[in-house]
Amino acid sequence: MRKGGPLFFIVGFFIFSLFGWVMFPKILFLEKTQPIDFSHVAHGEEAGLSCEDCHYFRADGSYAGIPSIDKCMECHEGGTGLEGKAAQEEEKLLEFAEEGKEIPWLIYSRQPDNVYFSHAAHVKMAEIECNTCHGDMGEREHPPIYKKNRLHPYSKQTMAMETCEACHQERGVLNDCFVCHK
Amino acid sequence: MKEVHKNGVKWGMVIDLDKCTGCGACSVACQAENNISFRKDETDRLRRISWLEIYQISNHLPYPHTRVIHMPRPCMHCDHHTPCVSVCPASATKTGADGVVSQVYPRCFGCRYCMAACPYHARYFNWWDPTWPKGMEKYLNPDVSPRMRGVVEKCSFCYHRYHRAKNKAFMEGRRELREGEYIPACVEACPSKAMTFGNLNDPHSEVARLAKSPFAFRLLEKLGSEPKVYYICTQDWVRKQADNYLEEERLRHE
Repeated sequence: MRKGGPLFFIVGFFIFSLFGWVMFPKILFLEKTQPIDFSHVAHGEEAGLSCEDCHYFRADGSYAGIPSIDKCMECHEGGTGLEGKAAQEEEKLLEFAEEGKEIPWLIYSRQPDNVYFSHAAHVKMAEIECNTCHGDMGEREHPPIYKKNRLHPYSKQTMAMETCEACHQERGVLNDCFVCHK
Repeated sequence: MKEVHKNGVKWGMVIDLDKCTGCGACSVACQAENNISFRKDETDRLRRISWLEIYQISNHLPYPHTRVIHMPRPCMHCDHHTPCVSVCPASATKTGADGVVSQVYPRCFGCRYCMAACPYHARYFNWWDPTWPKGMEKYLNPDVSPRMRGVVEKCSFCYHRYHRAKNKAFMEGRRELREGEYIPACVEACPSKAMTFGNLNDPHSEVARLAKSPFAFRLLEKLGSEPKVYYICTQDWVRKQADNYLEEERLRHE
């Protein structure tokens, strides 16, 4: 064996491990911030809104998800007299509203359009808590960084099919294709 | 396939050919509901896509004995040894526990074995990416994913409507659907009420009752694929044509 062989191996192992575990994920995911620094704490605890005020079910069982800007403007019409950083963020909202545009929120859990997901089935029937899938969004003062995968248009935070399947399996729910695909 | 339908639901359809006028409303409703793309020239039967084809069938007798009927043909959602499912190398198509044969487009790689295996020609291949006349893409159904070039598609019994109906029931705290809450677009569109849809396993449902009619039959029943689409016709010659009976053979109900 050549002299210094083990050293080359160890150095090479270290460099490639560093690349694989640290560098590559950084290259793969593009970090994006939300158009507005939305604080769930400010809306929930401080403004006294409940989750269902914005994230509500419609009578037909469909789910509002992230509300449209009209919902925001129900309270923010003409401004709410905020100060400092919060006022700047509100200003952005008012600008979007003035232009008649929706806020281009980055949706962490966006799924391809052949995926069907029913909030009614999971929240109303299976009684799964929101934070089981969404994490503690309600307690955040700033939205998390959106990590877009450079290879496809979905985020790192979105749910993979195996996670859905594993939970269905665990709870004895069907895993037929059409349960989740359309 | 014994474990299938253990949850007690088996969706099925009965089409009364005596009532069908061949108007084509079911086919049009299907096309619009399921975002089925169409081309300038739809006369090419090998290339066009129509999940619900309407066949015109004649007894080929001279006047005054000529008889013509129209036969809408959705996917039969075969229950037993489903021909398309058994040949699919990609597991892109499966028979669900409720009997609906699914098709997952991104998983399909377009080998078209299923099209060769399907005795009813109910499957269609996307030779091109779907296109719609300008502006029409705004009218697409958001509940149905559009298909891409190179995959096979077919009737799904409007499964997205099942999801919709279930969602509504969940909001009311129900797990079971009432009869008529979930019906495919074709059944809803039929102006002569020739099509009935429901749970074949529920003995009180209208479909289960109609499927037991002495005039009920299924296409190519001899193959033993147990289709879940039943037809009703009081005319013997129609039932005879439905199953490639030989000259000297007798009908099931004769």
